[in-house]
Amino acid sequence: MSAVLTVNGLTKDFGGLRAVNSVDFQIAAGEVVALIGPNGAGKTTFFNCVTGVYKPTKGRVEIQPPGGAHQSIVGLKPHRITHKGLARTFQNIRLFGGMTVLENVMIGRHSRLQAGVFGALLRDRATREEERRVIADSYTILQRMGLDKHANDVASNLPYGAQRRLEIARALATEPFVLLLDEPAAGMNPQETKELEALILKIRDTDGISIFLIEHDMSLVMSLSERIYVMDYGRLIATGSPEEVKQDPEVIRAYLGEEQDA
Amino acid sequence: MNKNAWYWPLLLALWMVVLTLPIFVIRVNTVVGEVTWRWQNALGLALLVALGTYAARAYRRLQDNAAAAGQTSGLQRVRQRVLTQYDHLKARAGAGKLRLLGSVALAVVLVAFPFAAGLFQTGIMVRALIFVMLALGLNVIIGLGGMLHLGYIAFMAVGAYTYGILYRFFDVGFWLAVPAAALVSTVAGVLLALPVLRLRGDYLAIVTLGFSEIVRIVINNLTELTGGPQGIPGIPKPWLLGLDLSLRQSTRYMYFVALAFVILLVFVMRRFENSRIGRALTAMGEDEIAATAMGVDITRSKLVAFALGSFWAGIAGVIFAAQNSIIVPSSFSIAQSVIVLSCVVLGGMGSIRGSIVGALALILIPEYLRGFSDFRILIFGGVLVVMMIFRPGGLVPKQRKVYTVDTEHLTGEST
Repeated sequence: MSAVLTVNGLTKDFGGLRAVNSVDFQIAAGEVVALIGPNGAGKTTFFNCVTGVYKPTKGRVEIQPPGGAHQSIVGLKPHRITHKGLARTFQNIRLFGGMTVLENVMIGRHSRLQAGVFGALLRDRATREEERRVIADSYTILQRMGLDKHANDVASNLPYGAQRRLEIARALATEPFVLLLDEPAAGMNPQETKELEALILKIRDTDGISIFLIEHDMSLVMSLSERIYVMDYGRLIATGSPEEVKQDPEVIRAYLGEEQDA
Repeated sequence: MNKNAWYWPLLLALWMVVLTLPIFVIRVNTVVGEVTWRWQNALGLALLVALGTYAARAYRRLQDNAAAAGQTSGLQRVRQRVLTQYDHLKARAGAGKLRLLGSVALAVVLVAFPFAAGLFQTGIMVRALIFVMLALGLNVIIGLGGMLHLGYIAFMAVGAYTYGILYRFFDVGFWLAVPAAALVSTVAGVLLALPVLRLRGDYLAIVTLGFSEIVRIVINNLTELTGGPQGIPGIPKPWLLGLDLSLRQSTRYMYFVALAFVILLVFVMRRFENSRIGRALTAMGEDEIAATAMGVDITRSKLVAFALGSFWAGIAGVIFAAQNSIIVPSSFSIAQSVIVLSCVVLGGMGSIRGSIVGALALILIPEYLRGFSDFRILIFGGVLVVMMIFRPGGLVPKQRKVYTVDTEHLTGEST
């Protein structure tokens, strides 16, 4: 399988602090890959560099969209990167709380639509048709995520688990080929986590979308991911299958601390 | 201290007396050099506050008791009855018909107003309509885009002075000045937006505030062009088929011109707010980072918001200039920006109806409180504070559009 997203030597400095230190990363089409590490290891910073929120200090980020041309996305603004097909969710939920559930998903469709200010004012046929389509498409996504009952509810009134699902629904609406999930199971109970796992696999299987997730829930990470990257202090300390990573002495040391000889 | 204690209203009254001592009680006669203490005012106010608080407390207790006993209070019963009557009417006449009836009634009132009301009243209404336009325009920037713009009145100044200068040097009339002023203030809006694209919240507020002052001071000092502090006098009313209108007629005409622009603006805003770009602006106002991650171009959205807002402020400026027939820099002070901002916030941020209601309330109430002369601003301030406590979402809070999806069709048509 060929890689759809390749990162080479990615480095990010904040003043004197090297938050991400020369990280290499790859994800293939339809693959589920996890990035784990202790708090403050630089996982979210790495995410932000890939999705354009931060501009990396050094390194290359390249994509190979299915049926598209190989290209670099370093230095592009986040909305351009979303347009290219990388969609993300946030660690601390960032829904448009005052808008309805359906409208949240409709925003996700934004970069796939054309209508401008004058189209909105004249409301010509193309605009009306596009608007009808975006409502139908967004509703279909809500149906898939089991949120259609809430379509016209204000997003901030949703229960926590549903808000997490809505974040994923909104990201899916941008038609990504890689979905980046930042701690999707944070704050979920075991039952909700189980449902989330099924949901992620379903997204991967039906749409062939690659899933790249940061997660602290180890049972979820181990059962879901095909490969795992482990970061600590901004560096990559291990890569491999869940089994390999579990055995890795460096990983054990990062998570449990070093055993001292008395 | 216990708010439920019997003496609490008395303390409240005392506090109120101390607070208003300088305006209610002390009167300084500078001519004779004499100070009068009007303690009877203090007593009256204290009684009013204390009795009012006792009454409010009694009412609340009554309501609580009723609720505890499982009864509905009087007010709720009335509300219930009105709502049932309304539903009944709706069921009998059909919702569409009822709405049509409401629109026709509103149209009749709006058309009849300048003929029923006097010259003075019509003039006030024109001023209110100008502020409705400003509130609706600022609503795009603050209510949808979530950008705290404290210098909005500067764009009205740009529009007004575009008309003023074009008239002064080229004898250009109202109808030609409208597109010219709209264009000039839109350009000004975009020019301001470019450097402030990265700013948010307080920083944006300060820069826009500064911009507004710059505009005012430049106008004040560019005497050759703008007439400086004396302003530009004798600006003509809109042209109407070359007719020579009497004062009464031209005031009415001015009213209808302002009304027409307000209606056009409401039409535009209603189409805009639930369009692709309007939605993107709303999302940006909610959370900029999430919006950009969803593919919304923040730079472009901000420019659109500023351009659209300034466009309408420019047109409002032309109407303002024609209405007042003289424009001076001091009409465009920060205080005016704050009033427009208050209209939007009081009415309900992001809500079109709210902006209209807010502007009408904020302009008309102080006018009709003129009878209370000295106290009108005090009363007005009190009303604002009470409003924001009991209805923080505004008078007419924004209601999200409810979408109906034809689920039967769905599976066949969507991808």
